[in-house]
Amino acid sequence: MAESFAPQKQAEETEVVVRFSGDSGDGMQLAGNILSTVSATVGNSISTFPDFPADIRAPQGSLTGVSGFQVHIGSSEVFTPGDQCDVLVAMNAAALKTQLKYAKKNAAIIIDTDAFGPKDLEKAQFKTEDYLGEMGVDPDRVIACSITQMVKDCLSSEPAFMVDGKVDIKGIMKCRNMFALGLVCWLFDRDLDIVSNFLREKFAKKPAIAEANIKVVQAGYDFGHNTHSSVANVRHIETKNKVPGRYMDITGNKATAYGFIAAAEKAGLKLYLGSYPITPATDVLHELSKHKSLGVTTVQCEDEIAGCASSLGASFAGALAVTSTSGPGICLKSEAMNLAVIMELPLVVLDVQRGGPATGLPTKSEQTDLLQALFGRNGESPMPVMAAKSPTDCFNAAYEASKIALEHMTPVVLLTDAYVANGSGAFRLPNLADYPAINPPYVPEEMKGTWTPYMRAENGTRYWAVPGREGFTHILGGLEKDDKTGAISTAPENHDLMTRKRAQKIANIPVPDLEVEGCKDDAELLIVGFGGTYGHLRAATEEMMRSGKKVALAHFRYINPLPANTAEVMKKYPKVVVAEQNMGQLAAWLRMKVDNFVPMQFNQVKGQPFVVEELVNAFTEIYNK
Amino acid sequence: MSQYTSADYKKGQPRWCPGCGDHFFLSSLHKAMAEIGIAPHDIAVISGIGCSSRLPHYMATYGMNTIHGRAAAIATGCKVANPKLTVWQVSGDGDGLAIGGNHFIHANRRNIDINMILLNNRIYGLTKGQYSPTSPRGFVSKSSPYGTVEDPFRPAELCFGARGHFFARAVATDAPGTVDILKAAQAHKGAAVCEILQNCVIFNNGTHDSVYTKEGRAKNAIYVKHGEPLIFGENQEFGIMQEGFGLKVVKIGENGITRDDILVHDAHCQDNTLQLKLALMGDGDGFPIALGVIRDVEAPTYNDAVEAQIEEVKAKKPYHSFAELLETNDIWEVK
Repeated sequence: MAESFAPQKQAEETEVVVRFSGDSGDGMQLAGNILSTVSATVGNSISTFPDFPADIRAPQGSLTGVSGFQVHIGSSEVFTPGDQCDVLVAMNAAALKTQLKYAKKNAAIIIDTDAFGPKDLEKAQFKTEDYLGEMGVDPDRVIACSITQMVKDCLSSEPAFMVDGKVDIKGIMKCRNMFALGLVCWLFDRDLDIVSNFLREKFAKKPAIAEANIKVVQAGYDFGHNTHSSVANVRHIETKNKVPGRYMDITGNKATAYGFIAAAEKAGLKLYLGSYPITPATDVLHELSKHKSLGVTTVQCEDEIAGCASSLGASFAGALAVTSTSGPGICLKSEAMNLAVIMELPLVVLDVQRGGPATGLPTKSEQTDLLQALFGRNGESPMPVMAAKSPTDCFNAAYEASKIALEHMTPVVLLTDAYVANGSGAFRLPNLADYPAINPPYVPEEMKGTWTPYMRAENGTRYWAVPGREGFTHILGGLEKDDKTGAISTAPENHDLMTRKRAQKIANIPVPDLEVEGCKDDAELLIVGFGGTYGHLRAATEEMMRSGKKVALAHFRYINPLPANTAEVMKKYPKVVVAEQNMGQLAAWLRMKVDNFVPMQFNQVKGQPFVVEELVNAFTEIYNK
Repeated sequence: MSQYTSADYKKGQPRWCPGCGDHFFLSSLHKAMAEIGIAPHDIAVISGIGCSSRLPHYMATYGMNTIHGRAAAIATGCKVANPKLTVWQVSGDGDGLAIGGNHFIHANRRNIDINMILLNNRIYGLTKGQYSPTSPRGFVSKSSPYGTVEDPFRPAELCFGARGHFFARAVATDAPGTVDILKAAQAHKGAAVCEILQNCVIFNNGTHDSVYTKEGRAKNAIYVKHGEPLIFGENQEFGIMQEGFGLKVVKIGENGITRDDILVHDAHCQDNTLQLKLALMGDGDGFPIALGVIRDVEAPTYNDAVEAQIEEVKAKKPYHSFAELLETNDIWEVK
């Protein structure tokens, strides 16, 4: 997308950020999803970010139980879910208390006044009944509605909510989110027909529930209309710079799963996933386990170790083998990853990074596994490492990681993170025919009789002899092997040679050059990042360019091997800052790989996405120094 | 008749210590494979790490000598991804029951159709003589100079506890007995555990002495066979009967006991209670050590179920390609 890099923000360009927040069970994610889908349907650009609490379901109304879902809608491309929101929906007192910090100073705040009773306020640790005053919120910014009561009034006569002659209040309460959604739809002039269609499809098996939800959405919309509710600045979000095509909303984890499915189909191989549930990677296991009609085999293993080990067994047996996890799982998988290195078998290891060390911040996002991916194994153990830069980019990244693994007979680490994995974007449906072929180096039939397991093709890749082929029986293993015969060898010269050959094989993997975006010819400051921070770094770069600063962005997707022009790019600009959500792991790697290169660093390990404004401030300080 | 001979499965020169039980077992495995007659290129032999885990290097099949403890997990992926392969997993007592204990029980629980060989010499040999999870309490080794203070696993108990459906036992030096159970393991669909009692001549010499020779087995072992009475002894003079909640050894002809009174072995019985009692006999308790197929019960295998589920879902779901999968989503068009 570098071509469309537009430094000047046009006046008519509009964007809004809406954040829904409430109890974990309040359906905030669904409301957010519908808003983003409805907006994307009319051609707006979208980026979403769910913010889950770590607890499974904290006590109702408690501060730790608040769940948020943020949607950024723009007339032209948006790269992040937005730093702060223009509209905050707070379904209860705890939500207002914890989420106000994510709202702009002039943001409109929608609250359900029925969820601000004395008990609610106590649970949310308010000291007085004047919760707005306590939080310093200007009442003029607040759209106060009695959502609970209005939803009850709306639905209590619906037959769908009559159970054994009694009104099912619990069931009715589940529709509160739709009232808030309806009100937001009013504020931004969203087409309710699209919302209705979405709900009818979602609740296809329960048409009465669909209609009840639609009724509540309409009620919320009408409430806005009747009270002339409004927000500052924005009402209609235009659509510009749209790329024609067919789209769907996709999260990073789903896009990753789709990438593996696409790669397996292209390579003509069975897709095997060995995995163990772990936040925030489990959705990949969920997604892949759905698609048995595509022949996808998923095995939920007894532990992370078996997840990786069984995948390696599947790889030996001729499958496209994937294991998915997060950082703590990588710790356990590392011995089998290392075995894949010495056996030179294809394997994709997906690490959806989260806050560490140890259990750390399971639902939060970091980039702290980079050095673990590069170095976290015994012995000389080189392994390709890639990082996806956005939710939709996870598709291509998973496809490319699979292609590298299969064509170069190596394990590959694909890094995503909680932010990218759970966030979503509008995904233009790919046509698999446009994707490059995947051709594993199967041992040619004519080598029968002369072939040994560590014979290599020109690029240094070992041939793949899948069991079942006559004339190619062989033994692989974790012990060093003789380069020529493939037998166990501890010969000093041979080990040195094999170590170098394994390293050279990885170094030979062709990766595209590093792209520089923005003022590529005359930037004063080069901003460098990798993986999931792309959107924020790009937004910060654009923002600085709009204020006349000469800055450029170089964002890594391929980390090992590094693009061939890495040193050239790193040394081209007067100042370089490496910005990452760790304490400087990419900076350390670049310093190791680029002679006499000492970049400045911007490091943040808060478990939350970067904030564009903070980036701009930090980079501007560096720029002006 | 099989078109193969032992030589078709043999490769290289084993490097185990002279007299090591692994030599005997390897030779029996070659023989059993030849009798079974599956082509070497349709077989994968997968081991972990340890003396016995060197075994795949001496097989003319496909194979992997992997990492410590993980053989069962790797074999699982291999079999599930490519069910046409015949998979043999080979581990020692340390590899299979200590570091690999979790994978051992779960392979049994899932009932993966693999043959799981457990070469039990009750010692860590490759690391030169530490006690293993099958070493008896009080066992003196380099890492337990004053004797161990822990109880050992009894492999059958672990297998049965994990809902294993096949358990057999042989002594490494007893080639016919070993070949028999290996063939039975292959015939059994599902995880098939074969415990091989073998001697470590260097670090635990004599550990299975009571049954290591033919004479010893005649006295101290009982060959169990499905459908036949549990009779043993040099002159077939002893038998096993049920007594209360337990078993007892009786002498045939004494106290009016005839062959007809002797318990008949039922390897196919779902309830594993008596099979477990047989499997646990012979630890200096006056009972003989049971050899042969102790449990062999049919049950659905994991890999078959995985395949069947895929076929079932394929028939039900309307999408069978990536392009069709995309169409199952909420799609909008930007013109």
